[in-house]
Amino acid sequence: MSTQMQQLYQQVILDHSRSRIGNADLLGDAATGAHGSSHQINPTCGDEIELETELAGDGGLTVRWSGDGCSISMASASVLSELAGDTTVADMFVIEAKFHELMHSRGTLEGEEEILGDAAAFSGVSKFPARIKCALLSWVAFKDALNQAQTSLEE
Amino acid sequence: MFSRLRNDFPILDTRVGESPLSYLDSGATSQKPQCVIDTFTEYYSQRNAAVHRGAHTLAVMATDAFEAGREGVANLVGGTPEQVVWTKNATEALNIVALGIDRASHGFGGEAAKRFGLGPEDSIVVTEMEHHANLVPWQQLAESTGAQLRWIPVTDTGELDLSDLESIVDETTKVFAFTHVSNVLGTINPVQRLVGRARAVDSLVVLDACQSVPHMPVSFVDLDVDFAAFSAHKALGPTGLGSLWGKSDLLNSLPPVLTGGSMITTVTMEESRFMDAPQRFEAGTQPVAEVAAFTTAVNYLAEVGLDKIFDHERQLAAVLLDGIANIPGVTVLGAAEERIGTVAFDVAGVHAHDVGQYLDSQGVAVRVGHHCAQPLHRRFGVTATTRASTYLYNNTEDCEQLLTALAEVRSFFGAE
Repeated sequence: MSTQMQQLYQQVILDHSRSRIGNADLLGDAATGAHGSSHQINPTCGDEIELETELAGDGGLTVRWSGDGCSISMASASVLSELAGDTTVADMFVIEAKFHELMHSRGTLEGEEEILGDAAAFSGVSKFPARIKCALLSWVAFKDALNQAQTSLEE
Repeated sequence: MFSRLRNDFPILDTRVGESPLSYLDSGATSQKPQCVIDTFTEYYSQRNAAVHRGAHTLAVMATDAFEAGREGVANLVGGTPEQVVWTKNATEALNIVALGIDRASHGFGGEAAKRFGLGPEDSIVVTEMEHHANLVPWQQLAESTGAQLRWIPVTDTGELDLSDLESIVDETTKVFAFTHVSNVLGTINPVQRLVGRARAVDSLVVLDACQSVPHMPVSFVDLDVDFAAFSAHKALGPTGLGSLWGKSDLLNSLPPVLTGGSMITTVTMEESRFMDAPQRFEAGTQPVAEVAAFTTAVNYLAEVGLDKIFDHERQLAAVLLDGIANIPGVTVLGAAEERIGTVAFDVAGVHAHDVGQYLDSQGVAVRVGHHCAQPLHRRFGVTATTRASTYLYNNTEDCEQLLTALAEVRSFFGAE
């Protein structure tokens, strides 16, 4: 097995691809309070995710998603959901930007584990240009849904 | 013979990491023999000039090369050189027909084009196994003209379900567009029966021949289709070139979509008259070097013999199908008897993207995704599959390399 493959499919990624944190029934129209939802699709392979964010009054954040895709895209959504449950909205924007930067680093950056947590394990993905979209699919949905939730909070 | 001709394809010596390359993605694009690659150098260093204009020696040579390509294609698929239109790709060829009919339906092309006119009382028929290139243009045409879009469903064995053929293709049907060979399932469709039904209701027949022309003997004349489309790059030729083949009277009355230089007879400030096919559809500067290279490819295929290529790939398909049947958790889509060496499969518990990544790490190049056939995948209840597709340069070792790697996939991803 090549080292690159081991870097791509780190055990933490394979574990998340099976445990799928945040993979739950969506609230859809039943959502109350500040919330947003986003549907993203990767047209090259048909991978798909629908993701909802919900803001609590205390600044807490909940992420729920439903999707179908490869281990990288599913693990990425799971890691994102786990991080969102442990941190504030402001920190999640920082993490999102860091993760985006990591994915476009072509393998030149090491993931900063103290900021990115399990998402640092995706550093190997950035060496596989065809897989970067897989890793970013849920994060694109997250950013979109979170912006919607914040807008609805301000209204 | 087939073991020897493998040496004609320099790219097959590529190593992927520590593994030799097993290239099983010819359904997406074929590799090129050295003679085709050399034709580019030869053309640009000895014959390059603008075609169909200029009286100088090079212009004559370039024009000869360009027109000789039509003759080569006509020898390959039947008909005369005038029936062979050069296009950017097969997608453009199919769009020229669909958009031409659209223009005719909106009054373009005068009396001669009236035969193509479509309206709300008419229907267009496709199949559930079409590549998006032979589906989306017809959806657009239906939307533009108000015609009804119908389709022939696919059975569990990956064949066309013809039990309702007579009611789907009926007197309202003006266009019947279908693929000769499925780019996902490898199924060879019963063209004669389909054409027979089209003739009974006086419908046009449009054939997507992208996956048949490179892999088996095909005569559009014998099949009696009205239009056919295929691409050069899947048949040992270069990218950027496709062909629209048509019956001459139809080509000459179909309104062109791309207009401008090189396709007119007279132009005044008010209006223009168009040439007959093929130049009628070839506005602007054409891919002459690509045509020259494709001519070399067509000659190469003819020399090897498409009947022999077909048999060779049938044997490889059998190796793949038998081997996959022995790998637990891997299911092949479709089971048609009449097929080429294209095999799409699903691996239980592992997404196709991950399967493809693992196979690549073992030197095996396959296609993953929906292969531009989303409705067909939906029909089989999956969003993506892994597809292995053979060509004349593949051997049993290529297939064994895939099978060995495939047997390891589920344990690697913990799906057992």
